[in-house]
Amino acid sequence: MLKKAQIILAFLISTLLVGCANLGVQPWERDLLAKEEMALDSEGIDLGLDDHIYFSKEATSGGRGFAGGGCGCN
Amino acid sequence: MQLISKNSLTNNMRKTANVNAALAVATCALLGTSAVVEADEGVWEMDAALLYYGETARVTAVEGVFSAKKDFGDEHVFSTKITADSLTGASASGAVAQPNAQTYTRPSGKGQYVVAAGEVPLDDTFHDTRVQLEAQWTQPLWNDMRGSTGVHLSKEYDYLSIAVNGSLAKDFNQKNTTVSAGLSLAYDTIDPEGGRPVAFSEMVIDEGQFANQDAYQAAFDATRQTDTDDKTTVELMFGVTQIINRRMLMQFNYGLSMSDGYHTDPFKVLSVVNDQGLTQSLVHEDRPTERTRHNFYWQTKYALDSGVADISYRYATDDWDINSHTIDSRFRFNLSDNTYIQPHFRYYQQSAAEFYQPFLIEGTTLPTFASADYRLGEMTAYTIGLKYGMTMPSGNEWAFRVEYYQQDPKNAGFDAPGALQQLDLYPSVKAVIAQVSYSF
Repeated sequence: MLKKAQIILAFLISTLLVGCANLGVQPWERDLLAKEEMALDSEGIDLGLDDHIYFSKEATSGGRGFAGGGCGCN
Repeated sequence: MQLISKNSLTNNMRKTANVNAALAVATCALLGTSAVVEADEGVWEMDAALLYYGETARVTAVEGVFSAKKDFGDEHVFSTKITADSLTGASASGAVAQPNAQTYTRPSGKGQYVVAAGEVPLDDTFHDTRVQLEAQWTQPLWNDMRGSTGVHLSKEYDYLSIAVNGSLAKDFNQKNTTVSAGLSLAYDTIDPEGGRPVAFSEMVIDEGQFANQDAYQAAFDATRQTDTDDKTTVELMFGVTQIINRRMLMQFNYGLSMSDGYHTDPFKVLSVVNDQGLTQSLVHEDRPTERTRHNFYWQTKYALDSGVADISYRYATDDWDINSHTIDSRFRFNLSDNTYIQPHFRYYQQSAAEFYQPFLIEGTTLPTFASADYRLGEMTAYTIGLKYGMTMPSGNEWAFRVEYYQQDPKNAGFDAPGALQQLDLYPSVKAVIAQVSYSF
């Protein structure tokens, strides 16, 4: 029974590894990803302002970057 | 306030033509450690924005931001940002509404204000001006690594925060995978107007019981500590950015934050009510001096033929027992080559801190820590918004954003005695956000 589980586990892991190896694109396939709006923080100013609002109005902060120290607005 | 939004200083590819280099930027956003375009040298990229935030009958904020970034060649990038904001209006003091009018002493001890019967007690003296400066330097290091380091300074009338940060990032798998790690150290000092209240000291209210002004002042001073206090925060972040396929990329972050020092809000109080629900006194809150937080963040971006879908989820938990879930989504639709609209939806939910209490009951044992600040209570909040952007023939961009934000505090299982049952102890907070941005 244990051996069967090990085989299944090994199969699953190898499947995942194969899956990981398939992730990503070749350099010539990056046209869409290279668009400005596809940058993870393409709207940096908006995100910074939003973080400020939610930091001062809610109990959780951070996630994308460092939450930093505190403030008197809190 | 201050968040160290270093990511906002990076990855502007507006003037980028090199596709491969641009993609490296797109995939290396984490922790501000960005790859940049070698050929794109010597051009300052600037962004400016003005934000208005206005709550119904409460706080109003106006905030201006200016950021600039320059590539000095060979992936040596400097970025800087200055933020200035002004806050005015009224904020919830933590006291509960009552069936009769209530008189409160202002936090400075100078003067009083009256809250009408049935109204949520708001301290209308809330006023602050803040200036924040940030600077970040990023460059290649040994062994195909990139390093980034920065400083952060935020100054308010009664609050100062200084922070430094450093991070490393490395690409793998033909730049389809980026792994990064970062460290931030922050030091805050606070010196509130009127001094820091002694924990659980009773608010001194002049109702004619004092022989003279000096007697009142002596009673007030007995509730205050006059020295400053401070807080240190250490944060660690680890992240992986992964390109999934030609249209999709993902980012996973784990963040650990440990803070030690003064966490109490010197302007917040708790009502002590009797079994009829009537306020007998007001005491100043007290919070633990340590807090450890964990953040798990996932973001994915998906390129449509004419737009982008951007969805993120954050789970956060801490040793104050506050757990939160945040879903944030933006969907950009390109109307033409030069214009787009972008709906925005955000949902947030948090549980209450273990020491949160909407009020204290007279005659019961005083807790070790307590706060009636609704921001530490159980709450849901949502944001809906719309942004419109247009690129001018010059390549500069204008953008306009309007959003609505509503917080709905909940009762986390507290039974309200007597008169409190007829009053709104968990009022919603409604706000409008408007923003104009210009990139050049």
